[in-house]
Formats: sequence, C-alpha cells, structure tokens
Amino acid sequence: MDELSREQESHRMGMHTEQLAGRTQQIFFAPEEAENLASPDAFDVDFNKRTEIDTAELTQQQVNLKIRELMTQGYGTIVIQNPGAKHSLGVGILNRLQLYFEGSLGYFGCGLIDGPNVRITGRVGWSFGENMMSGTVVIEKNAGSTFGAAIRGGDLVCRGDVGSRTGIDMKGGTIIVGGRTGAFSGFMMQRGRMVVLGDAGKSLGDSMYDGTIYIGGKIADLGVDAVEGEMTDLDVRWLDRKLAIYGLETPNGARNMTKIVSGKKLWNYDNLEPAEKKMVL
Amino acid sequence: MCGIAGLIHRGQSGDIGREMTSMLQALKHRGPDSSGFALYGKPDPDRQIMRFKVAEQEDLAKGFKIHDQMRERKSMVDARLAELGATIEHKDQATEYAHRYIFKFGGDLKHLADYIEDIDQVEILSLGHALELIKDLGDAGRVSDQYGLGDFKGTHGIGHTRMATESDVDIRSAHPYWAYPFNDVAVVHNGQLTNYWGSRRALERRGHRFMSDCDSELIAVYIADRIERGDELEEALTRSINELDGVFTYLVATSDSLGMAKDVMAAKPMVLYESDDIIALASEEVAIRSVFPHEIDTFDPYEGEVRVWTS
Repeated sequence: MDELSREQESHRMGMHTEQLAGRTQQIFFAPEEAENLASPDAFDVDFNKRTEIDTAELTQQQVNLKIRELMTQGYGTIVIQNPGAKHSLGVGILNRLQLYFEGSLGYFGCGLIDGPNVRITGRVGWSFGENMMSGTVVIEKNAGSTFGAAIRGGDLVCRGDVGSRTGIDMKGGTIIVGGRTGAFSGFMMQRGRMVVLGDAGKSLGDSMYDGTIYIGGKIADLGVDAVEGEMTDLDVRWLDRKLAIYGLETPNGARNMTKIVSGKKLWNYDNLEPAEKKMVL
Repeated sequence: MCGIAGLIHRGQSGDIGREMTSMLQALKHRGPDSSGFALYGKPDPDRQIMRFKVAEQEDLAKGFKIHDQMRERKSMVDARLAELGATIEHKDQATEYAHRYIFKFGGDLKHLADYIEDIDQVEILSLGHALELIKDLGDAGRVSDQYGLGDFKGTHGIGHTRMATESDVDIRSAHPYWAYPFNDVAVVHNGQLTNYWGSRRALERRGHRFMSDCDSELIAVYIADRIERGDELEEALTRSINELDGVFTYLVATSDSLGMAKDVMAAKPMVLYESDDIIALASEEVAIRSVFPHEIDTFDPYEGEVRVWTS
C-alpha cells in the first residue's frame, strides 16, 4: 500500500469528502494537535500527583468543585470512589487529566470535556460525553441513550451495550461500542467514526451528512439516506489498529464488518428543489 | 418530566414500602408536585382492600363546610357498601380525605365501584386483594410518612413522582392509576400520549370511565380493556406499543406481576437491574442505587421493548 499523507488517507477512507460551500470550516482529523487542547482555563497538572476522594456523601456540585480544586493544586491523577450514579460528574474539564471513577455515573457525565483520559468501572446514564472535544473515555459496563451526542473529537469507548441515538449529531472523534446500540444511532451524523461490534437498532445513520459507521453484528434497518459503503484496506487497517488500543476485537474480523456512509441524496439540501426533496425522501 | 420506579421480589416478601419510598425520593427532582405508590401485600382472596378519597387536598381550604361534607360522603360510602352486602372488617383513615377499608364482598365489583363513585367527589383509588394505592401531593418522603408506608411488607410495587405538564396538580391527576374495574392492576407512566382523545372516546364508548384528563390514566384503562378482552398482561403491553401513540415508558403491576413497556422511539428513560431474586426499574439509576448501594450491573431496555416478571 502506498504511503499516504494524513489528508490523502482521510479522503481515501471517505471521512472528508465534503465539497464545502463556504458556510462551514473544513478541519482535518488531527486530535493529537497541541492547539486542539489549548484552553485559557486549563490547569497545569502532574500525572504523578495522585489522590483519591470518597464521594458517597457529596453532592454532584461538591464532587465537580472538588475535582477542580484538586486540579488547581496540580493533581493529575484523581480517583473518584462511590460516585453513586450521580448526574453531571466530571464535566467541563479542559486539560489533560487522568480521571478514574470507581462505580457508575448518572446522566450527562463527562460532558464538554477537552483533554482528560477518563476510566469508569461501572455504567453511565443518558447523554454521556456530550460535546466531548478531545481525550479518551473508557466505560467498562453499559451506557444509556444519546451516548456521545455531538462529540467533536477524542475516543469514547463503551465496552458494553449502549441505548438509542448513539452519536446523534456527532461532528468528529470516534465512538466505539463493544456490544449493541439502539435505534437511530448516528442520526444526523456529520463527521467522525462510530464502531459498533454488536447489533444496531432500526434507522441506523438516519439523515447522516457524512462520517462513517462500522457495524460488526446485524443492522435492524438503515435510516433515510444511509447506504452501505465499500470496506477498503484502509478501513480494515484503521479498525484493527484502533480496536487494539482498547483491547477489543471484532467477532468476525474487521474485514467482515458492514460500513455505512451517507448516500448524500439529502446532502447539500439547499440545492434541491421541493420535488427533488420528495424524491429522495 | 416525571419519574417512575418499580421493584419486585421473586418468591419472597420484602420491605417494599421503605424500598419504594427510597427510590421515589431519589427521583424527587424529576417531579415534586405529587407522589404515588401502588404496593402489593400478601393477597387475601376473601377480602377486598379499597383505598378511596372523599375530597382533594386543596378542598380543605375551601370554606367551613368541607369537613361536614367529607363526613357526609364517607357516611354515604358506608351506607352504599352495606346496601350492596359488603361486610366492612377494618377501617383506616390516613388523612381527613383518604380512607382505607377492608371488606368482604361477593358481588359485582364494577357495580360496586360505579355505585361508590356515583357519590359526588368520591373516587376509588384502588380495589383489590393485594393492591394498596396511595397518592397525594408532595414528595415521596412526605407521602410515605403521611400514610405510614415505611413498614409496608410486600412482594412488589410501582411508584411515580409527578411534574404536572398537561393536567392539574391534584390527587386525581397523580399516579399510579388503578385499572378500573380490575382487581389489583395499577399503572405509572412517564411520557405523553398524542392520540389521547381519540383513544379515550373509543374506550368510553366501550363503557370505561375516566376520572381525570391525564393521559396516563388512559394507559390504565387501555390495559384494563385489553385484559377484559382476554389478553395476557404481556400481550396487552405489546399491543399498546403499536396502538398508543407518543413517547412513553410505563410500568404495570398486577397481583403477582410487574411489567414494563417502552415506545418505539425509546424517547423516555428506563434503567433496569435484574438478578435472580429481585428486579428494580427506574427512570434514573440513582433511584436503584438508593436501594442497592453496592456495585451492580444495570442496562437500558431498548425501543419497543416489553418485559414482564412474576413475583
């Protein structure tokens, strides 16, 4: 295989085939770029400075303020014990951090994060990782619906099953699901990649603009304008490499996964006459 | 928004009153307007437990006559029960407007219910051999204390914390709903039905009564209607997925079963914990954690999913 530049590789994998008309800004996939992690509110932390806090008796606000206080003090590795499925834990962290949750999280966990590496031993509730910008998150058990809604970067990994509307409106990054995903996953997906090793519920990729979905199991049915794409060597290579990072394997090999992309009949909708819109619907 | 919760012990009784109170109190933020419980004790096939109210809580602030009116309504209930041949064995009064009777009755239950509810402002909250349905304004802790539910032992229960969106803040619009006129069937619901009026008119034409304009009551009446037509509980729940339009997750309990149904859009949450001896469901995991603080595995049921468990 020829040596390809990142931009060429990106295009060959079908991740950036948009012909942009000036209303959006084209940004190529490069999560490791330092500027993506820059934030005026970021804390300078030391990964070797480690602490544990028992949050059983704390409210969600107190937990988040405690994390912030510890980051201010330079702690780079924070272990949260007994999170107790509280909502909105670990949100708005804008710097590198090793954050471990020993237990489960409720709704809206780790939203708006930009940089931390998060590990969760339990389950997470609805809308986990919403608007994630960069970093990595690994959840050992299951996740609720709207998992990874509108993420723009980073790796969001759930080893178990996830609910409905996974990756709705995602604009970048990678979502990996070890089990199955529910209905309407990838709805209005705009960029990024979703990898589901198990089955997918109905209306997969409905109205997706772009991006790529890989499914290892059965697909209940495809949504409007979602079509099967050709699995290339680049896809297989990327899947094998990415899944290996998280110790995951496809049940029948990456080559036998189903690749779903946008049919782009709805894409650039503004250019279609009403009659044409009816035809594609 | 509303929060719903359910719990069933398999093959044994448990502290269902305390457990349901804890779960619903953990969901208080989803709806503080009212709280309700449908708790199932040991069934006694020879006796009926009737929970009824003779006024709304807000009526107590409406003049000096209300206290006499409530006493008068209760006397009429007593007289009509006697007239129908019911033998009252026990009476409890948790509040001035909420009563609990245990009686023996061998006649037509629907006729009894209709005759009692024919009394102005009297509403039967539940009738059954095992079901006790309690609902009132305020959070779950307050209602539980008010009605002494902490010591209630039983096999299973469902409950609801309500944020009123489409009907009033009063007891008649609070959940759970008893599936009139069926013994021991109750429903709690989180969501909105969009074919409410059409479905209601169809059910009214079949002789069913509605005590509120709350869409959740429709589910209870719908399930009752399907059971009346011979459906098993799971069959009725499965049929409801297609026939009830809207976004919803609801729980149904009978004398020995607990069921759940989720709409085809999976738009309303439900978290499920299932083990060999207990099943717990709630709108949020934090409610389940209030009963099981140790690490457990939970998951979300999927779109259009129906499940039924037996105690």
